[in-house]
Amino acid sequence: MPWTRPPNEPSPRGGELPVISFIVRRTMFGLLVLWIISVATFVLFFVAPHDPAKVIAGRLATPQTVALVRHRLGLDQPVLTQYWHFLSGLLHGNLGYSFYSSTSVNSLLASRLPVTVSLAAGAAVIWLISGVLIGVLSASHPRSKVDRGATVFVLAGLSTPTFLLGILLIYICFYRLHLIGINWFPAGGYVPFTQSPYEWFRHLVLPWVTLALVSAAVYSRLTRSSLLDTMAEDYIRTARSKGLTERTVLYRHGLRSSLTPVVTQFGIDVGTLLGGAIVTENVFGLPGLGQLAVQSVTNQDLPVIIGIVLLAAAFIVVANIVVDAVYAVLDPRVRLG
Amino acid sequence: MSVTVLDTALGGGEDDTFAGRSTLASAWIRLRRDRVAMISVAILVALVVIAVAAPLIAQAVGWTPTQQDRTHGLTPDGLPMAPSARHLLGTDNLGRDILVRTVYGARVSLLVGVVATGLATIIGVVVGVLAGYSSGAVDTGLSRLMDVVLSFPFLLFAIALVSIVGPGLSISVVVITFFSWAGIGRVVRGQTLSLREKEFVEAARSTGAGSARIIVVEILPNLISPVLVLATLLVPTAIVFEATLSFLGLGVAPPTPTWGNMISDSLPYYSVAWWFTLVPGVALLLITLAFNLLGDAVRDAVDPAAQRTVTERR
Repeated sequence: MPWTRPPNEPSPRGGELPVISFIVRRTMFGLLVLWIISVATFVLFFVAPHDPAKVIAGRLATPQTVALVRHRLGLDQPVLTQYWHFLSGLLHGNLGYSFYSSTSVNSLLASRLPVTVSLAAGAAVIWLISGVLIGVLSASHPRSKVDRGATVFVLAGLSTPTFLLGILLIYICFYRLHLIGINWFPAGGYVPFTQSPYEWFRHLVLPWVTLALVSAAVYSRLTRSSLLDTMAEDYIRTARSKGLTERTVLYRHGLRSSLTPVVTQFGIDVGTLLGGAIVTENVFGLPGLGQLAVQSVTNQDLPVIIGIVLLAAAFIVVANIVVDAVYAVLDPRVRLG
Repeated sequence: MSVTVLDTALGGGEDDTFAGRSTLASAWIRLRRDRVAMISVAILVALVVIAVAAPLIAQAVGWTPTQQDRTHGLTPDGLPMAPSARHLLGTDNLGRDILVRTVYGARVSLLVGVVATGLATIIGVVVGVLAGYSSGAVDTGLSRLMDVVLSFPFLLFAIALVSIVGPGLSISVVVITFFSWAGIGRVVRGQTLSLREKEFVEAARSTGAGSARIIVVEILPNLISPVLVLATLLVPTAIVFEATLSFLGLGVAPPTPTWGNMISDSLPYYSVAWWFTLVPGVALLLITLAFNLLGDAVRDAVDPAAQRTVTERR
């Protein structure tokens, strides 16, 4: 959910090397969060009434086959032993092997990651540019037609579920255009950048827009309110009274400091995107991590699910740390408590 | 605080209507004058009535939500039927009446949206107030707990959870609640932190009021406005969350109609049966739009200062 993160609440304490101790502390906490998430995922699958061995052996398997599969997967060992295996593998950077395809989780994730990163990065560029642009336009002309139009855009963006927008885009940009002989956009699928940058781009345009819209709405709203707040500051009045043009005041003085909350939000969203691309990937048939997640859940492929959840959580945790550090650097008023 | 423009043309505080009234009472008056808010309320009331009266509507139309029209439900090619006198909004891929299914779908959306929001709000307020008021280890512990919940890749984890426990109405509510309360908790904690230091709380403390009394009498009433705004804006988020779970096949199990699973079913037919996607899609859009507009209006009504400054700043 697009929860806007409240500004950091600085604590009055300061250390010898505040930045380093701050980053160390944040990293330790990040690792703790990751560990908790890994345990939660692990426990979840063990308290589950499902038996992965049964699912994997197939519906017609004899009890002997199921027992064999269970033994081969190590599922007949005590839970703690299994967890220990998993944890020691994890500490060596090895996420284990898929129950289903016997390939390593690492290589599965590595093969899916480029798709999700392509999707997330392109969408991020689109929403950042359009969101900030719309926010600046509407804040610099409050109550104008532009501003009202921007508000309608924000509301539409916030209210449209991602999957609905994806279907709408496929219908209009693929199907309707296809009917009149224009084949600009394919309905889905993925072509690696290394194979054909043009096809890569063509296949990703609709997914990018789909994923970007909601965030673009959030960002334009964020930029608008932040810029309006900044433009009421005393130093802006000073800049105006110096005789600077409104344009210079806005872009040189106003925009710079009002982008801090946007940067904060951006770091958080980039981390969340990895998990959040699930819907877009499923609508457009993109073979990314989100699609793998849904498949693995259907197959009860425990190691893959844990791997994806951990990877996604790691991105969020790292993004949070980076944001906090960047925020502190950008805004000297924030003390590193 | 963000400010929207689709708003009231309110004069602000210069007339006498607001004199001597409580914050909430004057907010209510402002809200009543807001045309957009009242239209949203009308739409939402209509949707609630439709959801409650779903069996009556089904009876009037003559189809149940899971009933397949075996004679005229599908075209000779086995495709959904376009809207006609027999099926006012057409049929789906199994020859079921879309109007009746959409009407029943409203029940799921509203129920999950409102119940999950209510639960998340209660948990968020309790945890947020406890954390904000009690400082020290309790605050640290609860704040970290909220950080952990907010760090979860929630859709991913929700998918994993639902697939294990099995899809259903109550698990959808539990999942949505679990991933929504921390957002409210965080804001409430921040508000409580600043309220705790206010003079009137200090005054209450100096007259010998205990913590419980201060929280209930002094702090909670001051949290109503921000929580009201957050909760109104959480409902559409929860509804979209439910629809997304249903869309991915992890929500309320078929054949029970939800807007999410109807839209998911309609995917292969988007080129031949526009009504199949459009009807539940528009319903979903209408409900989220109405709640978002209402949430913005509530925010403007409880915090008119945020609005007035925009014009004054120019």
